[in-house]
Amino acid sequence: MIAADQAPIARSEPIRVIDIGTDVLVSNAQGLRTTGSRLKMVYARRVAEDRIELRYVIEELPGAGFTVWRCAIGKTAPSLADVWPLLSWDEREIMELYGVTFLGHPDPRPLVLHPTVEGGPVSRVVEEDVSEPGLRAAGVLPEIAGAKLDVQLLPFGPVRAGVVESGAFFFGYVGEHILEYEPQLFFKHRGMEARFEGLPPEAGTVLAERVSAVGSVAHAFAYCRAVEACASCMPPERAHWGRVLLAEMERIYNHLHFLGHLADTTTLKVGQAEGMLLEEQAKRLNARLTGSRFLRNMLTPGGLRRDIDPGDWLAPSLAQLRSRTERYTKLLKHSDSFLDRLLTTGPLPSEVAFDQGATGPVARASGLDRDLRRDHPYGAYDQFPPTIAKHDEADAHARFHVRVDEIMASFALLDALLSRAPQGSIRERCAGVPNSEGLGWVEGARGAMVYAVHLDERVRLSRVKIRSPSFSNWRAFPFTVQDSNMMDYAINEASFGLTIAGCDR
Amino acid sequence: MALWTFFGLRQGSATTRWPAPDGDDGQADVLGMPRYHPELCGDGCGVCAEACPTGAIIVDPAGKIEVDYGRCIACQLCVEACPDGAMTASGDWAFGVRRREDLRWSENGDAPASPAPTAGYRRSLHIRHVDAGSCNGCESELQALNNPIYNLHRLGIFFTPSPRFADLLLVTGPVTNAMIEPLKAAYEAMPEPRWVMATGTCAVSGALTGGGYAAQRGLGDTLPVDVWLPGCPPNPAAIIEALLMFLDRMPQRVRGGTYGE
Repeated sequence: MIAADQAPIARSEPIRVIDIGTDVLVSNAQGLRTTGSRLKMVYARRVAEDRIELRYVIEELPGAGFTVWRCAIGKTAPSLADVWPLLSWDEREIMELYGVTFLGHPDPRPLVLHPTVEGGPVSRVVEEDVSEPGLRAAGVLPEIAGAKLDVQLLPFGPVRAGVVESGAFFFGYVGEHILEYEPQLFFKHRGMEARFEGLPPEAGTVLAERVSAVGSVAHAFAYCRAVEACASCMPPERAHWGRVLLAEMERIYNHLHFLGHLADTTTLKVGQAEGMLLEEQAKRLNARLTGSRFLRNMLTPGGLRRDIDPGDWLAPSLAQLRSRTERYTKLLKHSDSFLDRLLTTGPLPSEVAFDQGATGPVARASGLDRDLRRDHPYGAYDQFPPTIAKHDEADAHARFHVRVDEIMASFALLDALLSRAPQGSIRERCAGVPNSEGLGWVEGARGAMVYAVHLDERVRLSRVKIRSPSFSNWRAFPFTVQDSNMMDYAINEASFGLTIAGCDR
Repeated sequence: MALWTFFGLRQGSATTRWPAPDGDDGQADVLGMPRYHPELCGDGCGVCAEACPTGAIIVDPAGKIEVDYGRCIACQLCVEACPDGAMTASGDWAFGVRRREDLRWSENGDAPASPAPTAGYRRSLHIRHVDAGSCNGCESELQALNNPIYNLHRLGIFFTPSPRFADLLLVTGPVTNAMIEPLKAAYEAMPEPRWVMATGTCAVSGALTGGGYAAQRGLGDTLPVDVWLPGCPPNPAAIIEALLMFLDRMPQRVRGGTYGE
């Protein structure tokens, strides 16, 4: 992605950068809706003191890579949030952080920076009609019209019970029935993207790993791939192999955590304990392999910092964890009290999932057959293709099943990786090119992770954009809460497997 | 449900006996903070300081190296960068201390002569945790404390939902601006006597994540801190050691930046 016209790097799909004017933005975005492509994100970049450039990143059909629309603007741009609702939060963030106004945005409230930290969300425009949640163009969550005398309002958080991440939630409910719901996130916004600016590209990896700990590999992987795209650098085979191995180990411990947490919310206490125990065992394998329970400090632009030595212990350890996981998930699948709470809970219809940008296991549980590992392969995934889990029921139960299937697919993939390990060097020199840019994508445990990286004339990072899967899925999640009930809320939230750190950055 | 009861009984107890002498802390493979060996340092080239992403290593004007473990995220970059092998990887992760200065190592600096005064609190401990902008790594390890292996309850230590019942406020993250007020409110709601523990390198010093437009440089400017525990993140055993140290049930390992056995 050094320039629009350059040949694609071997084994990496093409990324096309196209200049586009604001006048055709809306019509082009509408045109995209019929092609099967998906607008993934928009980010802003300051190219001069008074000049802003918007970048629209489009995931093309499988095998066809990515397209980036480059759009120079003044202080305003047309909003695409009605055409692609998944851009709504991106546009709100850009309005705050770059002073751009998106004309016609359906919900132009601040998102990331808290004007006040007290009370519920800031006042909103109350719409006259109560529309169904999840209508195709719904950029705004529906609200109750008229007098709200019988509606109880519950602002909850940002400090909540237990050891959980900080985030506030606003409920409007009658009895058990939730009429209104809105998450108020970004209490944890640390301005991580800005922390990259000015660093040399190799120094950014440890920072990427610390955006969201339980996605350390995914963040570092996507970041390194973006920097490698800037440098036209190709890591050696063994580095590709090692990265994929680490990424699948990350998926396993995350999904085991998910199962323990889901069992907790359904008050299946032994099931919770077993899930947490298996997660701990997986983290210990991580530590033995890399010295870090979160698989940190291994990746670097150009390959790996240290070689991975699975010795003769990793395969049998994984086999042991696998058989115990199989026994555990079989029990979960046969526990009526557990299944009763998941079936039909928090349905996310596939159109809503697509429009609101749901990704990863959440999207695959809503019938969207998308996975970057297969659709736009990277690393060693072309040689080690994963089995993609998909379910159509779109409820918490489907999200549970997708994760269970994915754990088993990851174990199988790790088996294949360990039986066919390429030898050789683990790192290529990766010197960035001045004024270059790159895009890196991976499918993390929670879904699509995209990094966009820009280098300046001194080969320093001038802009790093992070689109994390939790940012995408937090956008979609509220559409499953409206019109549900309070007792299912925690289960539904757990079934999404969200992190707040990844979303807030 | 009977299936689960049977399943649970058949699994038996997974709980470690640690910190009893015959127990296993389970962190044998975890890399901790690198150790500095001044006798191996050649000409004070400062490559380690350049490699350090958090400024934990500083070369003073005389060419002497100072290490602030309160800024260390155990990323191991200095270990890889040092041409003389003066920075070595280690399993030093139990870095909980009562005084911030005990995390600083310098060649001329002596370890503080007297141990820090203890809180003198030895009853069962109730903790209110507040996430002030962490990456979720500290939370992941704090949640692990209640898994069957560490089973924190057995040590008389509990997490409590309400600050009204809490003795200790355990804070993670560099303290984002949006979390300053909720954090102070949680602290104010605690009955006295009350104590505060900064958990993770972000909370101790801001490390990589603090100090931008949206966050402070750690907890020190917002609340009085009684226990400092750097680590990225501190593993469950490191958290337990710090809590037991606070309760005078384990010794403080680190003094003047030097790790004791």
